[in-house]
Amino acid sequence: MYSFEPNEEQQMLIDAVEKYAAIDLRPAAHDAEENRELPKKLINKGWELGLLQASTPEAYDGFGERSAVTGVLAAEEMAFGDLAGTLAVMTPSLFATPILLAGSEEQKREYLPKIIEGAWAPYTAALIEYSFNFDPNELKTTAKAQGGYVLNGEKVFVPFAKDAEAMIVYANLDGVTQGFIVKKGSAGLSISEEREKLMGLNALPMYRVKLENVPAQRLGGASGHNFELILASMRIASAATALGVAKSSFEYAKNYAKEREAFGVKIAQKQAVAFMLAEMVTELEAMRLLTWEAAWQLDNGKEEAVISAYLAFTGAADMAMMVTDRGVQIYGGHGYIRENPVELLMRNGRGFPMLLGLAIV
Amino acid sequence: MTIEFEAPKPIVQMQTMLQTVAENMMRSTSREMDENEHAIPWDYVEFMHSAMRSMGGGGGLTINEEKPKEGTEKRPPIGYQKLASQIEMLSWGDVGYYLITPGGGLGAAAVAAAGSPEQKAKFLARFNDDKPTYAAMCMTEPGAGSDTSAIRARAVLDEKTNEWVINGEKIFVTAGDKSFNIYEKLGKGFIVVWASIDPSAGRAGMRAFVVEAGTPGVKVTKLEHKLGIRASDTAAISLVDARVPFENILGKPTVEKNTTGFKGAMATFDATRPLVAASGIGVARAALEFLKEKLKENGVEIRYGLPRNKLTSVEKDVIDMDIQLRSAWLLTLKAVWMADNKKSNALESSMSKVRAGDVTTKITQKAVEILGPIGYSREFLLEKWFRDAKITDIYEGTGQINRLVVARHILGYSGSELR
Repeated sequence: MYSFEPNEEQQMLIDAVEKYAAIDLRPAAHDAEENRELPKKLINKGWELGLLQASTPEAYDGFGERSAVTGVLAAEEMAFGDLAGTLAVMTPSLFATPILLAGSEEQKREYLPKIIEGAWAPYTAALIEYSFNFDPNELKTTAKAQGGYVLNGEKVFVPFAKDAEAMIVYANLDGVTQGFIVKKGSAGLSISEEREKLMGLNALPMYRVKLENVPAQRLGGASGHNFELILASMRIASAATALGVAKSSFEYAKNYAKEREAFGVKIAQKQAVAFMLAEMVTELEAMRLLTWEAAWQLDNGKEEAVISAYLAFTGAADMAMMVTDRGVQIYGGHGYIRENPVELLMRNGRGFPMLLGLAIV
Repeated sequence: MTIEFEAPKPIVQMQTMLQTVAENMMRSTSREMDENEHAIPWDYVEFMHSAMRSMGGGGGLTINEEKPKEGTEKRPPIGYQKLASQIEMLSWGDVGYYLITPGGGLGAAAVAAAGSPEQKAKFLARFNDDKPTYAAMCMTEPGAGSDTSAIRARAVLDEKTNEWVINGEKIFVTAGDKSFNIYEKLGKGFIVVWASIDPSAGRAGMRAFVVEAGTPGVKVTKLEHKLGIRASDTAAISLVDARVPFENILGKPTVEKNTTGFKGAMATFDATRPLVAASGIGVARAALEFLKEKLKENGVEIRYGLPRNKLTSVEKDVIDMDIQLRSAWLLTLKAVWMADNKKSNALESSMSKVRAGDVTTKITQKAVEILGPIGYSREFLLEKWFRDAKITDIYEGTGQINRLVVARHILGYSGSELR
């Protein structure tokens, strides 16, 4: 069957996340960006929604099964509030979800219960490298088998790396990307003092991580794992957050266009503006459905999921740029001023093609 | 409810069947039909008619719910989804052919939407007869396209004979020839003519009239020569003192100060817009598949999964086309799924039409461009599909009209607030 409506459980979750996004995240977004800091209380409140807990089985102290579709619904809704806040709340998933998907039984037992049961804690992951043609399937960071494994290379944009209890570092093992668990304080692991300074996402503390012969444990044990599925989950998550950012800009622009007058009418009554909004909402819905389908395919073990996730990621990233750019355009000069939310949304909307691996569902 | 993307089995089976029809009956003669505009491919017409009758779908491509087998659980309705999937596949074969699939088309849809039970019984039964039969909708006039309030055709009641006397000029009547003119191999069809019974009342005075094939005073004056969809007959029809029985009016014969007369026509379009989208998407899919096949023959493989800055320009284009095509289809599926589930879908219908109009034009255009001389040559069907695709963004509401519909919905504006 085809069906396009969240089930009851999903709808309850969406409602809860929507409330958090609208009441807590959205009003805090501007100051968090300017002050380069997210209030700890805000992150904790998001963590208490229990998204990760609800997608971890009881055997590891969670209370549900993972569903990429549910993850996508929640991620869009939360990112509607604020992207930096969403990524912060979901940072522990960067560590826990790959373990859930691909970890060995031992790894699951070691890490999942402690992450799930505790308060929000900085567990993270390192994927991106500082290169113009960064490709997650051709990493420059290397892993070598030497009894265990040792990692060498440099990673950038690693959220909460400074305080991280442990992180998954993705590295090239004989031409194939594999995840490796690196514990806090490992020999050869150095984390930058300075935080990354980026066009957007300044509320999210991100660091550079250097690895010199760092001992690490391979995700999934000796036989490793299928990175494709982790990558697909990252792409779908990125697409979902892109939907949220775009929807936020669209809503602001729509409301502004209905308030702002020019030549005796609301600017939304001008076709030039009305048509922009019509195209924004159409594109947004089109990419939402593409993302849902990819997530559904992933949940159902369909082979096409890998390509679908890539298409959804690519399409949603383009859409987010188009929509957030138009959000600023509809505000006119006011859109260019940092007081107005569409300005930050445009900066955040630009990042999706290169910020892979900062979210996973 | 749930979120699910598994194609229902009846739809998959039907698609497989229609793909064979498309490959064997349409593609092989697509070029011939394109070059001999207005020729009628009787093989196809007769085959489709008997095939649809044997499947219990008399009346052409219509909503056709399968009855649940006894003892089985009642399934959610999928009639519209199935119809959209049929249309997509037939248009993948050849959209010109699809448009001359026998049946009631928009004419019967108007009767179904606005007719009384007696009218439905009288006018709709014929499509299930032995011979293939057509009906058509006459709305557009030389001076009235999307702005239907500018329609000038008039219907005046002759009280002595109790007949409507209709005068007017109609153009762009899809299947107008086969619906109105008498052919030995065809059953007797009809056209549905929109005309005003009270010009001072504006849209509220607009009514539709069933005009039987061969009615005196009515004449097909011209068959248009077109950019594409050349297998489909697009007629100009003139009505001079054409007399129609009183009971052939759809809706009330008197005018009240509201616009109910016209809402029937507009409701028809909410239902048919995603179907037009589906048709365009079929053409675009044909073009994209052809493009990939030709690229492959020439040693170009699309490397899905690479970051953009590692892709060639052609790869980027093809990947964008994949994204556009699939997402347009999903929008269309959602719109018809809503129709099946009795959810109001005016917004989604127009969104699917906006998107399909855009992407079918872009995809076919880009495929021609990428393949260069191969794309432009009449040796292959791609150049024809490019010409065929363009109509998607025009008929049943141009892309611009549908943007207006979408905008009014999301902004909560009336027609007077956003013109």
